[in-house]
Amino acid sequence: MQSMTISEAIGQAVAEEMRRDPSVMMFGEGVATKRADLVDEFGPRRVRNTPLAEAIIAGAAVGAAGMGMRPVIDLLFAPFMTLAMDEIVNSAGKLRYMSGGQFSFPLVAIAMTGTGWTVGAHHNHNLEAWFVHSPGLKVVMPSTAADFKGLLKSAIRDDNPVLFFVEMSLTYEPGDVPEGEHLVPLGKACVRREGNDLTLISYGKTVRACDAAAATLAEKGVSAEVLDLRSLKPLDEQAILASVRKTGRVVVVHEANRMCGVGAEVAAIVAEQAFEALRAPVLRVTSPDVPAPSSYPLEMAFTPRAEGVVAAATGLMESSATAA
Amino acid sequence: MKHTTIERGALVSMLNTMQLIRAYEEHAVAMQAKGQAAGTCTSVGQEASAVGVVSALSTDDLILTNHRSAGHLLARGADPARIYAEVLGKATGYCKGRSGSLHVSVKDLGVVLTSTIVGAELSLAAGVGLASSMQERENLVACFFGDGAACEGSFHESLNLAVMWDLPILYVCENNQWQAYVRRRETMPVDHISTWAASHGLETATVDGNDVEAVHLAALKGIAHIKATGHPYFLETYTYRLRGHYEPDDQAYVDKAELAVWRARDPITLLSDKLGLSAEERDALRERAGARIEDAWAQAAAAPYPAFSELTTDVYA
Repeated sequence: MQSMTISEAIGQAVAEEMRRDPSVMMFGEGVATKRADLVDEFGPRRVRNTPLAEAIIAGAAVGAAGMGMRPVIDLLFAPFMTLAMDEIVNSAGKLRYMSGGQFSFPLVAIAMTGTGWTVGAHHNHNLEAWFVHSPGLKVVMPSTAADFKGLLKSAIRDDNPVLFFVEMSLTYEPGDVPEGEHLVPLGKACVRREGNDLTLISYGKTVRACDAAAATLAEKGVSAEVLDLRSLKPLDEQAILASVRKTGRVVVVHEANRMCGVGAEVAAIVAEQAFEALRAPVLRVTSPDVPAPSSYPLEMAFTPRAEGVVAAATGLMESSATAA
Repeated sequence: MKHTTIERGALVSMLNTMQLIRAYEEHAVAMQAKGQAAGTCTSVGQEASAVGVVSALSTDDLILTNHRSAGHLLARGADPARIYAEVLGKATGYCKGRSGSLHVSVKDLGVVLTSTIVGAELSLAAGVGLASSMQERENLVACFFGDGAACEGSFHESLNLAVMWDLPILYVCENNQWQAYVRRRETMPVDHISTWAASHGLETATVDGNDVEAVHLAALKGIAHIKATGHPYFLETYTYRLRGHYEPDDQAYVDKAELAVWRARDPITLLSDKLGLSAEERDALRERAGARIEDAWAQAAAAPYPAFSELTTDVYA
């Protein structure tokens, strides 16, 4: 094991893939500035700064991917992706289908999001579900340094466009990363903690809240399983259903706004395919339907935290115990 | 390298292609009117621009087109039967019937990544040019767009990046005086898009887009510039969209006198005059192109639709 920050894990993943495959390149706002080690190793043609212009960064990536390159682009903050939606959604997501399969778009678009840096709603907007809702795209949002590395390497090798969301507040957090070749497949969830009484399903930063909540619940005699989705598209339905069939109770936790978020899809999958296993309604713990605030106390009120997850889980246990 | 004139044989070949494009689009309009085909965006009146540029490209060069693509496709040698099949949503279409008329790509002919989102061709062309540059291929990328797309932000973002990164792109702005249903003069203070391009640092030229010889020579000059310097080049073909934005369209919003001026400058007539063709020779060319399109229509109409199983294929690689 090696200890490194998530930012370093991202850099290591890109460097390894650039060494392996000459078609991999990286560009974006400040990429060459911030990742000077990549410029040193791979040269200024493969690692580039760009103008502050998200549409052309994404367009250059989509066009290059369509013609055989494997670009990794850094769009910095997720809300700026709204300026690149045509390129990502209409071109990368649709042109393979619309051309009858003539093109593929092996690219990775990285963007940061999430509370903790008090940057407000123009730099923090968990809009991952927008892309989950768009055909032709894949969406990843890891929670550990090891997964950031392993999933990014898989995303770079994937022949489809992958949106790769980075939790801002985790960027400089150190974590253990396996030495050597480390690949985590897209579309596979991970059971972070085994449990029998209920399942906490989450992704990104709020997996940590679920871990902490599970520890508290254990002290109260409740055995909570924590399922880290990691990939939001493809979504690991089998892992969700297997856990629900074991525990019979589900709380979905994410920082993104509630309505039509990934939690709604998870709840629908459970209702459609594992209704008979449910001992209680599926609950969601999410941010409210407001733009992300910048004031730190409000940010913390906006963000799902362990106490809220514990409260939801405890209520669920009590109501289903009464019903039983 | 100096280009001044084109041999008569080459001009006759260009005239044949222009006539084929005209025949195809007029046929498609007629079929729409009969309810046998969906509406299309035609480029009637702009044939010289498409043929003059595409005939100047080499087979390795790549083309990005847009929703008005028939001219570029046919000039590149696309089979009208497969274009028509695509328009009709048939399995034998170039995109297996998934595109319809609006976003036809033919990768085998180098017509790539066609988007109908106005301005997307400019954004994507930067990436196609980047790939050519990174792969150290000798080809260049011709990107066709209109004066409407020039009003999109992607126009400026694309030109700026192409200059800064030395991308081998021949920008071809077909300034056809119309942006869907809006006259160009309502939306921009300048008459020539090339003035905007020049401000981004590109070498530019504006040419009479209805004179195929002039367009062809200007394209060759631009291509030579790209090959010699590695810099992008901007060519504006000043032309006119003789039909409406999307069929059916009665063009009630078009100034009749202006339309008459441009009809008198029909590029097919101008070239036929230059070649000194008789009325009989012109009729014969038109009839031959028409017969080829009738045959293409018959093939496309007889072709099968995609199987329902095709609904969910080719979403992911």
